[in-house]
Amino acid sequence: MDLRRPNRPVIGPKVRQVGFVTPDSAAATSSSSIPAVSAAAATSAGSPPSSLSPVMIPPPRHPSTEMSNPHFHPVGSYNPSEQILGSPPALSPSRSSRFDADGSDFGGDDDESVALSGVGGGMTPKSSLLMRQPVTKTAPLVSETHKRDSNVSKGKGDGPSAAPKEKLTKAERRATQEAQRAAKAAAKEAAAAGGAPSVSKQPKPATKPATQQKKDVPSGSGPLQPLAPSGSIEKKQGKKEVAAPHPRMQFDDMTKVGKLKKRAVVNQSEARNRVELFRHLPQYEHGTQLPDLELKFFQLDLIHPSVYQVGLQFLSDKISGGNARCIAMLLAFKEVIQDYTTPPEKTLTRDLGAKVGSCVSFLIECRPLSVSMGNAIRFLKNRISSLPHNLSDKEAKSRLQSDIDRFINEKIIIASKAIVEHGVSKIRDGDVLLTYGSPSVVESIFAYAHGIKKNFRVVVVDSRPKHEGQGLLRRLVERGIHCTYTHLNAVSYVMHEVTRVFLGASSVLSNGTVYSRVGTACVAMVAHAFRVPVLVCCEAYKFHERVQLDSICSNELGDPDAISKVSGRKNLNYLDGWAQNENIQLLNLKYDATPSDYVSVLVTEQGMLPPTSVPVIIREYGIERLWT
Amino acid sequence: MPDVSDFILKLQRRRIEGSHATARQTAELLRSVISQTRMPYTNQAAALLDAVRAVGEQLIAANPVELAVGNIVRRVLHIIREEDLSSSAVSFEGLMISEKSDDEDDADHKGGPVLSAAAVAAAARSTLRPRSLQTLLEDGPLPAAPSKSSSAGDSEGKSKSDKSAVGKRLKHSVIEAINLLIEEIDDCYEDISEQAVEHIHQNEVILTLGRSKTVKEFLYAAKQKNRSFRVFVAEGAPRYQGHVLAKELIQKGLETTVITDSAIFAMISRVNMVIVGAHAIMANGGVIAPVGMNMLALAAQRHAVPFVVVAGSHKLCPLYPHNPEVLLNELKSPSDLIDFGEFSDCMDFGAHGGAPLMHVVNPTFDYVPPNLVSLFITDTGGHNAAHMYKLIADYYSADDLVIKRKSTSSN
Repeated sequence: MDLRRPNRPVIGPKVRQVGFVTPDSAAATSSSSIPAVSAAAATSAGSPPSSLSPVMIPPPRHPSTEMSNPHFHPVGSYNPSEQILGSPPALSPSRSSRFDADGSDFGGDDDESVALSGVGGGMTPKSSLLMRQPVTKTAPLVSETHKRDSNVSKGKGDGPSAAPKEKLTKAERRATQEAQRAAKAAAKEAAAAGGAPSVSKQPKPATKPATQQKKDVPSGSGPLQPLAPSGSIEKKQGKKEVAAPHPRMQFDDMTKVGKLKKRAVVNQSEARNRVELFRHLPQYEHGTQLPDLELKFFQLDLIHPSVYQVGLQFLSDKISGGNARCIAMLLAFKEVIQDYTTPPEKTLTRDLGAKVGSCVSFLIECRPLSVSMGNAIRFLKNRISSLPHNLSDKEAKSRLQSDIDRFINEKIIIASKAIVEHGVSKIRDGDVLLTYGSPSVVESIFAYAHGIKKNFRVVVVDSRPKHEGQGLLRRLVERGIHCTYTHLNAVSYVMHEVTRVFLGASSVLSNGTVYSRVGTACVAMVAHAFRVPVLVCCEAYKFHERVQLDSICSNELGDPDAISKVSGRKNLNYLDGWAQNENIQLLNLKYDATPSDYVSVLVTEQGMLPPTSVPVIIREYGIERLWT
Repeated sequence: MPDVSDFILKLQRRRIEGSHATARQTAELLRSVISQTRMPYTNQAAALLDAVRAVGEQLIAANPVELAVGNIVRRVLHIIREEDLSSSAVSFEGLMISEKSDDEDDADHKGGPVLSAAAVAAAARSTLRPRSLQTLLEDGPLPAAPSKSSSAGDSEGKSKSDKSAVGKRLKHSVIEAINLLIEEIDDCYEDISEQAVEHIHQNEVILTLGRSKTVKEFLYAAKQKNRSFRVFVAEGAPRYQGHVLAKELIQKGLETTVITDSAIFAMISRVNMVIVGAHAIMANGGVIAPVGMNMLALAAQRHAVPFVVVAGSHKLCPLYPHNPEVLLNELKSPSDLIDFGEFSDCMDFGAHGGAPLMHVVNPTFDYVPPNLVSLFITDTGGHNAAHMYKLIADYYSADDLVIKRKSTSSN
């Protein structure tokens, strides 16, 4: 998170250092004091959920924060630092001071690790607990301001605003750190007497010491507190702004990231070597979240199990593809609505909206929303808020459920059927059709065309790292369609024989840009150069009114380790052991933006359109009307 | 000759990879072939040419896609012709004086006794090499000052026994020249990378695809001159040599980002320059390069990013490509793309008349048309794509373009 700070020089050596954990941190990991810590955090009650501004319907902080467990509250509302202390047992002493300081500001040396871990650990874990207590008591709510300054004195709440701290020189920071440490030590002794443990947090399931070693300390800390353990350190902003993270949130905005982290359920650790250009996107370490989240299953009572399940499936990539993800999410929401009962003294429209919002924010943590999902959510929220107030719960619920069913049916299933019919009309006998990846609509077009005895051949172009094309290839071959399989680099070799290119899209933006699986733009470009028509098949519910010129401003990053390991090629291990080097960055982009001039025609259920007509469809028909 | 058959086997089995290694070994092989060739008393150059051509033909047939073999064979033929000319100029002078005519080679007949030896040499030279500014300048002073020093020695009192000496001298000088050629092949990296600083500026972002030793040396050289810049390396499926390059670059402290090939289009808009290696450069300025390069070149063109090809002069091929995507390509094993046996359950040979439903295409090379290339950097400097044919003409003689002609006519 420190990295994302705007004020930092973009590529500071400091940042680099941050990436790696100092060796000592691992040693520190042993955490005997965890429960005690948690208890301390719990002591101060968080601000009540009511603090949310009523205006913001969207998901407040994660449901977990609002959870019934009273002890949790403090964490969310509180100083992040306190949380930090509580959660991760193991901190290297060197980092310890950081947590107070808001991690980022402190010495450039190890701050990242600190921030990530969220551990405030100058002191041994135990000490941290102790000291924490006094703090919490003194300034429960206020603590969000910088603790660091206040730390020196006991009262943390009255810390100066953030601005001044940033100006500190390194030396000054060091000095403050030292002071803080001293103060903490003193505090802990004082606190030791007091019964810190009285409020016990949830037992942490299992810390993972091993993970901490790598600089992803946070993962270790995560399991303990469902709330937002790792991120908590970062910013102490008012809890009040709990709006759901915008899908296009800029992750280089430190304040927002801090807020997000506080709410986060999924424990994400920053990727080791983040790609400079993509600082505005979340770059997380992959592979740690899933087990982590599984451990938390019983703590996240406010997340509906079906949403939880879908979230895990997103996280583990079991469900991928715009339509599949969207349908899975909607079905989960249907169950949420089914099991929903309006709490007393609340209105369904408002409370259910917030509830859905919290589910959405959980899903976003698992994997950023696709545009199609965003549109579906907008649809659902629209429906919820436009429910008449005099409806009974039962009626309202059944109405919403039928709305969801209708959406799935009309916007996705029937729409793809319409697209199939349009698309098939462009397949002639003897055609050689090229597709890239594994677009579901295109697959059904091929299947249908084969079913009506059209005689054609398919070229499946695939790419690393997901090799989705192999699945498509297998399904097509099983249907008895003649296929040629190749990799993306060879696309200009096969393009000579191709007569049509069928591509899928994750979204079509209003300037005609097709936002799709990475590599689609390459295929479209080569097809354009070879004068082969490019047909992009996309349901109209995936249209979005925003515009995008390049693939960098808005994108999603996958697991960087997937780049260094070539699946199925065990002899290709050139980068083994090098991924840790600070000079190397592995970039695993998931999407790219195809310029509209590469697209010959857009096949939608509304007909076949030039890409320039997207804004017309959006404006004339009204995107809202498209959904309803 | 065991060397030859051994080398041919290696070429056929694709044991030798990379045009640099191939070029070097071809040159060494031809050197040994020449040294083993028995020199007749007459028409020695023709004998050498025939020997080299015979071996060269087999070598080219062994791996027609490895154009470096043909390039080197043609270079050696060219060397023989040049050496023969200079020695024939010398001996012709001697012959004129001793009034012995004929027997050397065609140059004699063409030139006739009327012309001075130097003029003959110049004329022959100009037939050997197409006219260019360089040859004009070279030839200019020749008639005025024929190489007296060497000719003075041999011109007087030559008997027939001298002919073997002349033959030895020809062989010797050809071998000398081939040694120079090998040296040139070895030194091409240095010559190319010397120019790196002229092209790479501070904070540049460079994209490359796959791995090329030339590119690596080029980037190293810029790094050594304390330029700091960033490199994006596209991994270059299906061989993923980009990983190797990335590893080598980070070892030198270069900031390197590995991207998938599919992200090329996404990233190219943030790149200042594309620097790639080549497999061969054709006479029209087109480039035969590792697969994926055409896509990269198109993307670079789309975003107006300079597309720079670095290649040693042994990669300059005097041929004009025809349908190079197919004819100058090589399809490799599908196992690079799909694991062996992975789709065996889909391969129902009983149905569909025994033809499998599924094909896997795994080409090795891509053809980048000349209009997509902004600049060629060879060991002689930077060149435009349109200038390549001229550059190539300096290295090869027009007579050697088709090495096979003899055998085809005999067939």
